[in-house]
Amino acid sequence: MTCPTIAPQPAGTDLHLAAELRHELAAWAELGHPHETCGLLVGRAGEGRVEVVRVAQAKNLNRERASDRYELDPADFLAADRAARADGLEIVGFWHSHPDCPARPSTRDLEAAWEGYSYLIVGVTAAGETDFHSWRLYGDRFREEKVLPEQARPTAAALRFENPLKEERAS
Amino acid sequence: MSRATVRIPTPLRTFTGGAGEVPVEAATVGEVLRVLGESHAGLAERILDGEGRLRNFVNVFVNDRNVRVLEGLESAVPDGAVINIVPAVAGGKP
Repeated sequence: MTCPTIAPQPAGTDLHLAAELRHELAAWAELGHPHETCGLLVGRAGEGRVEVVRVAQAKNLNRERASDRYELDPADFLAADRAARADGLEIVGFWHSHPDCPARPSTRDLEAAWEGYSYLIVGVTAAGETDFHSWRLYGDRFREEKVLPEQARPTAAALRFENPLKEERAS
Repeated sequence: MSRATVRIPTPLRTFTGGAGEVPVEAATVGEVLRVLGESHAGLAERILDGEGRLRNFVNVFVNDRNVRVLEGLESAVPDGAVINIVPAVAGGKP
């Protein structure tokens, strides 16, 4: 399958996303495969730095072409925005999956994007996450932002290693 | 004339000095956006196109109802209304 996309350039921001949130997104993308799944990133946005505090799932309103299109339900945006404001947080961006395609933005992703949000994409197959990249719009093109902490694709072994309960039990 | 609160999405807070909410007095959604634009230079252009229509991929909600299914910019603003400016988030793989 060919998946033509836009060539990446670095953005001036870092997206801070804890490993457990990243794993949550990968799991949702995998469970939704072969359909596109989508949702919101909630946290704090600062100069050159976006911190994700929690992630949320949203309904994909595009049911007819759910395998290659998504349209995030604005009711989910409003609900997440209300909850975020109550906690002193804000919606800092969005995530969606690209089933059987790399996590690079398409021209359709570009058309709808706003400057000032992070657009995180999860490439996913039936076997799980393949790649994971975040993008920000500058003018008429996307640039890639660094997702921190940098890590390899999550594996069952990595999840076990990061399980804090296991360490507590050991000590 | 109604008193309403406009909730500003994060990317547009550069136009409001960082404020997430702006109080306005207006009778219609169009007036709300005009008043907002007068007090915050550059903000209206991000919401309306050159002909004064709502831009693609921008939605305005009055008390959680999309003005596109009400009366557009002519939609009435009830007293105490909460007005949300919401990005239309869409796309899909190549």
